Amino acid sequence: MTEARFPRGRAAMVGWATHGMGEAPGQSSMDLAAGAGLLALDSAGLTLADVDALYVALPDDMLSGLSLAEYYGIHPKVTGNNRTGGSAFLSHAIEAALALDAGLCDVALITYGSNTRTNTRRYPAPPGESPYETAYRPNLPASYALAARRHMHEFGTTREQLAEVAVAARKWANLNPDAYKRGDLSIDDVISAPMVASPLTVRDCCLVTDGAAAVVMTRADRARDLRDAPAYLLGGAAATTHRYIAAMPDLTVTAAAQSGPRAFAHAGLAPSDVDVLQLYDAFTINVILFLEDLGFCPKGEGGRFVEGGAIAPGGTLPVNTNGGGLSCVHPGMYGLFTMVEACRQIAGEAGDRQVDDVNVALSHGNGGVLSSQATLLLGSAATL
Amino acid sequence: MNQPNPEAEFRAFLAENRFMIQRSRSSGRHVFYPRIAEPGTGARDLEWVEASGAGTVHSFTVVTQRGDAPDYNIALVDLAEGPRLMTRLVGPGADTPGIGQAVRAEIETPEGGDPLLVFRLVAEGEAEQ
Repeated sequence: MTEARFPRGRAAMVGWATHGMGEAPGQSSMDLAAGAGLLALDSAGLTLADVDALYVALPDDMLSGLSLAEYYGIHPKVTGNNRTGGSAFLSHAIEAALALDAGLCDVALITYGSNTRTNTRRYPAPPGESPYETAYRPNLPASYALAARRHMHEFGTTREQLAEVAVAARKWANLNPDAYKRGDLSIDDVISAPMVASPLTVRDCCLVTDGAAAVVMTRADRARDLRDAPAYLLGGAAATTHRYIAAMPDLTVTAAAQSGPRAFAHAGLAPSDVDVLQLYDAFTINVILFLEDLGFCPKGEGGRFVEGGAIAPGGTLPVNTNGGGLSCVHPGMYGLFTMVEACRQIAGEAGDRQVDDVNVALSHGNGGVLSSQATLLLGSAATL
Repeated sequence: MNQPNPEAEFRAFLAENRFMIQRSRSSGRHVFYPRIAEPGTGARDLEWVEASGAGTVHSFTVVTQRGDAPDYNIALVDLAEGPRLMTRLVGPGADTPGIGQAVRAEIETPEGGDPLLVFRLVAEGEAEQ
């Protein structure tokens, strides 16, 4: 097999924004995504006229790449509409880096928005429901609960350890004025909250909010002129193992065990080089699985790893510094928010939640029911 | 192609009270859910065989509903033939199974509804048929 030639550090995030965080009544998903995109361009000193590559995935528009180009009144050379669930935007960044490096485009805008909380109609389920599972009514939490139960069975992971993930996210959210859920949250609060799908309670489940996020990418040579501290894309990789939970080859091992090592190889880095992690925490079990699969602890040790506030502010490894999908924002596809928070940490603009001396940030997206995984390694100029 | 509509054939078997799965003639591997080719190899030599109905609980959850709607369970069952599937457990202990516990397939036909594959826990010591 040919060795992958990822364009390490040759493309960078030069603009980023979040928008309509929490509740944005009256705005459509398209309005929100368009607004986030314009804010991200503003932050890079660029305009719509500069954008020649557009990547987007919206909840209510299968052809949102076309719709957003029309809304913006632009005619992109490259349009990406990859829909691997919440991980899609990390794959967009990988594809944008390749397109930029090949000279197919000069400025790539990746954007997303959804009014999941305040819209007055429910979004339809994604087309393509499994005819063999639908009759058993597996909602999203149930699929993740099946993985959590299996992890508890195989490795002795405890209810308390799952709750640690939610408590750490809340502590980070308490440092982020944009976070939707703030205030005290204890391990007991998480465990005694209403059950959603055993063993997961409502506090093990992500929020349902409105929100939008966007990132602008250019080639690295131009990045330095646009922004003091760009976030260079050092490596990125994606992998998929299944669509529906019954087909997951091993309920305790995600495709992050493939995407992570490949992304690290592209970047020439190891987990010990990472200063801050943004992991797609749709449910508490996700963080435990991804810490294991991405190589931050051995398989089965994730529960013990997060004990004692290890991933909370002041802990040994800062994870989900914005408060994550559990306490900051989750409009349905959270991946792009992991990218924006990684950029903010590298640029040193994260306010009270800023981690000291961030040079390498890991951003990880999840799609479907632990189905699709995509990992990015972003770095400061010092990592080039 | 000798299996133009695997889903329809599976459902037709269920309606006859038969739980059928597919098996590749070349590899001997069993396949569920039904499809037109063996996953991984693409071998287009799948044939229908009677499932033994025996399996074990791989994982399970009980879903809480809002309001007065009753809770319901969802389980993943590993069939003795290999494939894993999603199902519902019925009968005594259905909401509190042990992982690894033996189960047996049943076909349940709700009034006015389509036949559905469910599984019942096999009591310890119960003779395997």
